[in-house]
Amino acid sequence: MKPFLAALLLVLLLFLASLLVGASDSLSWHNVRALLSGDSDEAALLLMASRLPRAIALVLAGAGMAVAGAIMQMLVQNRFVEPSTAGTVESAALGMLLVLLLAPDLPVVGKMLVAMLFAFLGTLLFLAILRRIPLRSPVIVPLVGIMLGGVISSVTSFIAYRYEMMQSLGAWMSGDFSTILRGRYELLWLAGGLTIAAYAAADRLTVAGMGEERAVNLGLNYRSVMFFGLMLVAAVTAAVLVTAGVVPFLGLVVPNLVRLWRGDRLRSSLPLIALIGAGLVIACDILGRTLNAPFEIPVGTVLGVVGSVAFLFLLTGRRTYAA
Amino acid sequence: MIEIANVSKSYGKSLVVDGLSLTLPKGGITSIIGPNGAGKSTLLSMIARLVDPDGGRIAVGGLDVATTRGDLLARHLAVLRQDNHLAMRLTVRDLVTFGRYPYGKGRLGPEDVAQIGRALSYLGLTELADRFLDELSGGQRQRAFVAMVICQDTDYMLFDEPLNNLDIGNAVAMMKLLTRATRELGKTAVVVLHDINFASRYSDHIVAMRDGRLHSQGTPAEMITPEVLRDLYGTAFEVRDIGGHRVAVYYG
Ligand SMILES: Nc1ncnc2c1ncn2[C@@H]1O[C@H](COP(=O)(O)OP(=O)(O)O)[C@@H](O)[C@H]1O
Ligand SMILES: [Mg+2]
Repeated sequence: MKPFLAALLLVLLLFLASLLVGASDSLSWHNVRALLSGDSDEAALLLMASRLPRAIALVLAGAGMAVAGAIMQMLVQNRFVEPSTAGTVESAALGMLLVLLLAPDLPVVGKMLVAMLFAFLGTLLFLAILRRIPLRSPVIVPLVGIMLGGVISSVTSFIAYRYEMMQSLGAWMSGDFSTILRGRYELLWLAGGLTIAAYAAADRLTVAGMGEERAVNLGLNYRSVMFFGLMLVAAVTAAVLVTAGVVPFLGLVVPNLVRLWRGDRLRSSLPLIALIGAGLVIACDILGRTLNAPFEIPVGTVLGVVGSVAFLFLLTGRRTYAA
Repeated sequence: MIEIANVSKSYGKSLVVDGLSLTLPKGGITSIIGPNGAGKSTLLSMIARLVDPDGGRIAVGGLDVATTRGDLLARHLAVLRQDNHLAMRLTVRDLVTFGRYPYGKGRLGPEDVAQIGRALSYLGLTELADRFLDELSGGQRQRAFVAMVICQDTDYMLFDEPLNNLDIGNAVAMMKLLTRATRELGKTAVVVLHDINFASRYSDHIVAMRDGRLHSQGTPAEMITPEVLRDLYGTAFEVRDIGGHRVAVYYG
C-alpha cells in the first residue's frame, strides 16, 4: 500500500505542476492566488479549456499505455513487447489513415473503432507470425514486431504520400498533447475505463500469462481471456492514437521497472504501473514544455529518447531471468 | 478411476499414442515408466485435456475430459508438466496461491488461505514463500510447482517427471509426500518416473509404455523383474530384493 500511496502523491504533484506550466503567463506559479480568488477570468478559462484537459489526457493516456504494455507482455509471455513493438500501433495508424481518406466525416468514436479493429488484427497477425518462427531468444519477439510495424508503416506512408496526407500522418505518429482542448480528448476516458476493467480482470490475465497449458489446468477459458486482453490493448492504443498520437515505449519501460521490484502478479502491480505511467508521461510533457520554451517538444519525442535508452538498458541488462 | 478407451494421437506422420486402452485405479500412486519417446508425456497431457486426442475417449473420475467444463475439471484434476519454464516473475506464494484459482477465481477465503499455508509447509517452502521463482534453484522451483498442484487440492494429480531437478534427499521427500497425500487424503497420483527404483519403492501400480502402446502393467513385484525390464528398455537388468523392495541394477 505504501508505494501505491507514494506514487499517487507524486502523480498528484506532477498533475498540479502540469496545470501551472505553459506558454501563457496568465496561469503560472506566480498568480495561482489570482485564480483561486476568482480575480482572473483569463486564467480560469485557460485552466478549464486547455490546461486541465491536457493534464487529464496525459494521466489517462499514460496510465492506459503502461497498462496496455503490461497486459501485452503477459499475454505474449515476453517482457519486451508493447503496442509499439508488436505492430499494434502501426496497424491502428493505418486504420486511422484509411478512415480519414475513405470516411472523413465519421465521428471520432467511429474513427477510433476502425483504428481499434486494425490494431486488433495487426496484433493477431503478429501472434500468427510468432507461432511460425522458432524462438531462440526472447529478444527476437520484439524484433519481429518492430519489423512487422515497419512493413505496415511503409504501406501507411505510401498511401499517405499518394494522397498528400504525410503531414497529418506525421502529426499523430508523434504523440503531442499541445493540441488537447476541452471537447477533443474525452475519448481518453474510455482508455481510463478500460484500465479499470483490466484491473478487475487482473487475476484472469495473470493466469493466462502463465501459458495456455497452465491456464487450462486452472480451468481458465484461455481463448476468451486472450481475446479480451488483446481487444483491451487495441482499444487503449486506438483511443490514445486518435486523441494524442503515439506515446511510445511507455508500455515497455514502466511494467519492466515495476516487475523488477513487485513481480508480475497484476493484482499488485497494475495500480503502480498505471500511476507510474501517468507520472512519467506528465513529467516528460512538462520537460518538453520547459526545455525549449516558449516552443514545445512533443511528449512523444521526449519519451522516444527516454524510452529507447531504457529499452537498450533492458536489452543489455544483466537481469536476463525471464524469457 | 481414469478410463482411457482406444486413444490415439499422431504428430504429422508419426503415431505417438496408438489406440491405447487402459484403466488406472483410483487411490494410491500409479507410476508410468518406459523409454524416451514412448508417449508417456503425451498420454498425461491428453488425460489433463492439454492435448486433444485424435480419437478415443478419456474419463477421469467419471468426467469425460473432452466435454466437461474446464473450470469444473480444474477442481477434480491437476497436472504438472515436465517443462517448468515460466516467463513470469512471481513469488513462490503467488504461484501457490494461483493453485486456488479454480475455487475463488482470485478471491481467497479462509479455506484457501489455509490450503496455501499447508501446501507451502508440506513442501518445506515456508521460508522461501516471498522469494521470486527466478531467484531460486531448479529444485526449489520444482517444489514450488508441486506445491501449486497440492494447493489445487484435486482428487486426481498428474505429475510428469516430478523428480527432475531434485537431489536424492528431496526426491525421496517428494515421493513420501505423494504417498502421504494418497494415504491420508485419499488422493490419486499418477506419476511419470524415470528412475524405476523410485517406481518400485513407492508405487501401488506400475504401467509400462513403449511405442505409444501399453507394454505391461501390474504391481511392483510383477513389473520389476529382469524379464519385463529387459523387454521394455532393451538392456540387461539384475533385480535384488532389499528389505522387501525390489531394486533394479542396470549399469551394464
Ligand atoms: N508437440 C509435438 N510435436 C511433434 N512431435 C511431438 C510433440 N510432442 C511429442 N512429440 C513426439 O512424440 C513422441 C512421444 O513423446 P512424449 O510423449 O514426450 O514421450 P515420453 O514422455 O514418453 O518421452 C516423441 O517422439 C516426440 O518427439
Ligand atoms: Mg516425457
